[in-house]
Amino acid sequence: MQKALREFVLVGAADTPADVPQIADPRFGITDGGKARTLRRTWLDTFDWRLYLAGLTLELRTGRGTAELVLTARDGELIAAERTGGSTSAGSASGSADGRPHWPCLAGELSLGPLREHLTPVIGVRALLPVARATSVLIERRAVNADDKTIATLTLDRMTVTYPKSGPAPARLTVSALRGYQAQASRLTDALTAAPGVVAAAAPAFESALAAAGRKPGDYTSKIDVQLTGSMPAALALVTVLGRLFDTVEANLSGTIRDVDTEFLHDLRVAVRRTRSVLKTAGSILPASLASRYRPEFKWLGDLTTPTRDLDVYLLGYSSMAGKLVAATAEELQPFRDHLGRQHSLAQRELARGLRSARFARLTSQWREDLAQIAAAPPRRPPVGRLAARQIARAHRRVISDGKAITATSPPGSLHELRKRCKELRYLLEIFASLHDPAEQWQAVNELKALQDCLGEFQDTEVQQAELRDFAAQMMADRSAPAATLLAMGEIAAALAIRQRRARSEFGGRFAEFASPQGLARIGALTRVVA
Amino acid sequence: MKILATYNIKGGVGKTATAVNIAYLAAKDGYRVLLWDLDPQAAASFLFRVRPRVKGGGKALIAGKRPVDDAIKATDFDNLDLLPADFTYRNLDLHLDSERKSTRRLRSLLTPLRREYDVVVLDCPPSISLLSENVLHAADMLLVPLIPTTLSVRTLDQLTEFIADFDGHRPQILAFFSMIDRRKRLHLEIAAQLPAQRDDVAATAIPALSAIEQMSVRRTPVAASAPRSQAARCYRELWQEARERAKLPDPPPQP
Repeated sequence: MQKALREFVLVGAADTPADVPQIADPRFGITDGGKARTLRRTWLDTFDWRLYLAGLTLELRTGRGTAELVLTARDGELIAAERTGGSTSAGSASGSADGRPHWPCLAGELSLGPLREHLTPVIGVRALLPVARATSVLIERRAVNADDKTIATLTLDRMTVTYPKSGPAPARLTVSALRGYQAQASRLTDALTAAPGVVAAAAPAFESALAAAGRKPGDYTSKIDVQLTGSMPAALALVTVLGRLFDTVEANLSGTIRDVDTEFLHDLRVAVRRTRSVLKTAGSILPASLASRYRPEFKWLGDLTTPTRDLDVYLLGYSSMAGKLVAATAEELQPFRDHLGRQHSLAQRELARGLRSARFARLTSQWREDLAQIAAAPPRRPPVGRLAARQIARAHRRVISDGKAITATSPPGSLHELRKRCKELRYLLEIFASLHDPAEQWQAVNELKALQDCLGEFQDTEVQQAELRDFAAQMMADRSAPAATLLAMGEIAAALAIRQRRARSEFGGRFAEFASPQGLARIGALTRVVA
Repeated sequence: MKILATYNIKGGVGKTATAVNIAYLAAKDGYRVLLWDLDPQAAASFLFRVRPRVKGGGKALIAGKRPVDDAIKATDFDNLDLLPADFTYRNLDLHLDSERKSTRRLRSLLTPLRREYDVVVLDCPPSISLLSENVLHAADMLLVPLIPTTLSVRTLDQLTEFIADFDGHRPQILAFFSMIDRRKRLHLEIAAQLPAQRDDVAATAIPALSAIEQMSVRRTPVAASAPRSQAARCYRELWQEARERAKLPDPPPQP
């Protein structure tokens, strides 16, 4: 396979189709003609750009009755390619049984092979979605030397973007050297560079297509990417953060309703929890009416999402749970999997109904309006630097005091409360992250995260055991649980209890580390007032 | 990877025309093909418009100081690469002689290419030499063009006997009649009788045709420039016969 040596963008008059430029170098000639072929292109990535961030590009190329999925590195180096059959449906809805991938598509739905092997660890639980589509008219020409021997192929690409917005993209010219002719082809590219209207391509075709459609790769992140300064009025800072959090809620809305992958709901829930945390800890910084009006609304929204998320967690961990069965078999557990699937469908339907409800629509419009009103005339004091330092210090003190009060005989509820305090501290660290030194911030969050993981494991296994009992009761009631399945579920309950006990025994060490002088110093560094 | 070689002690019998067309047809069938022009006259290189020059010459190549891989050039045809000739190849015998296992050197030079190519075609100079002995040891199949004369048949017998004395690997021989002059009764008689009498003579024969001679003017295989011509048809049949007798597996799927 020829590797692209150089790519150019052709800058020409908008009303004439771009063509291969004439070059003045007598050592080379470019053949005329060249049959045009049409290629339909769909670039795919996860909603949070995992492939792009990993330096990868995945493209479905459809033309002449064939379709091929091609994974390349950013520099165009081929990593894996796979034919997917027929010429239709690049971007059609999922659900057909024709063996071709349909979008959205999870890693597990791709056919087995090198492509899936490369993609699975990168995309994880996220689905692949079309991020841009284009139609390319490709015309191939040959560059020849004085012996009339081909030294390179020149591919002219007249591309029209069709999704997410329609529009022409700048024509591109790719020079690919034939094996053994790299030196001559390099001289040819030098000659092309000197031709009028030829500019070295600064970005690959994928990014060019996205730019033509008004998008930028990496334009979604669930992180709170707002830039605060310590002297900014606290009310304005909080309103900015709340607005950004609601951007995240809205960005994930469609994917959550369509159940594209579990991360849409996860990101939406985290944004809601962060919002609730800001409203709870804002105190007098924001008008009292805002908290009293919206705290119940965001609680409602959070509660609406809980059943589906709990079932997501069960289903995501199902294979691992089934794989660890010792006495029972995976087949015996299957009715439980079926039950989870049915429950998930019901919960998902309820969730979608809630997110399409008038209550949610009201929340969306009024929340934005109220935030805009505060942002228009925010109280000038206090500055956010002081607020951040005070709130982080207070939240940290509460974690330390609640943690110290936990003994070997403390009930599970006290660990759950501590987990909530830890979450509040974590959200504050994340909300005010832009005020802090990134290295200090990273260390503090990492330490807190280790403690949260332990508390999360304890609480999640607690909840899952209780849910498992409920599931068993439901399955008994609707007679969908054979005895072997209940026994298998019992084994899972035992495994959860062991995990919970392990997490409980690890808690002391984790907390001691967090509350150590070094740990305290790390958080202390973030409680300095930033100007 | 299968190695085919066009070989005959005599010159001007159609070795290069056969090597070039067989290599082209194999590539067209989807095999990844390398044609090595071992003849310092560089006719195959000329036909593919590749300059007959190898950096470091034949000496560096045979001594392994320059990887074979570095000298390979793409032709203008998909799947078909060429290792060009170099005028220093006239001294290949000397360079081979200074190597250990001097009769197996060519085979060992080709070994690293087995993942990259499905078929290698060796276009040999007319001679009986250390180089030709290397070719006989490297090849899985010898394509031997014969002018239909009694002396040519005798030469084939000598070659067969020589190979029969090899220890271990012996190439399969597929002789075929080349440059048949339809106006000559002897040509027609021998070309008709011998394939029926001997297993190592192909049923396909290549007539003397002006289209084949014109290859040097057009500088392209006749199977590419005139695919419907009689010459192209004959080479296609010969390729099919060689492919079947060499038991070549199906080509890999196209990328």
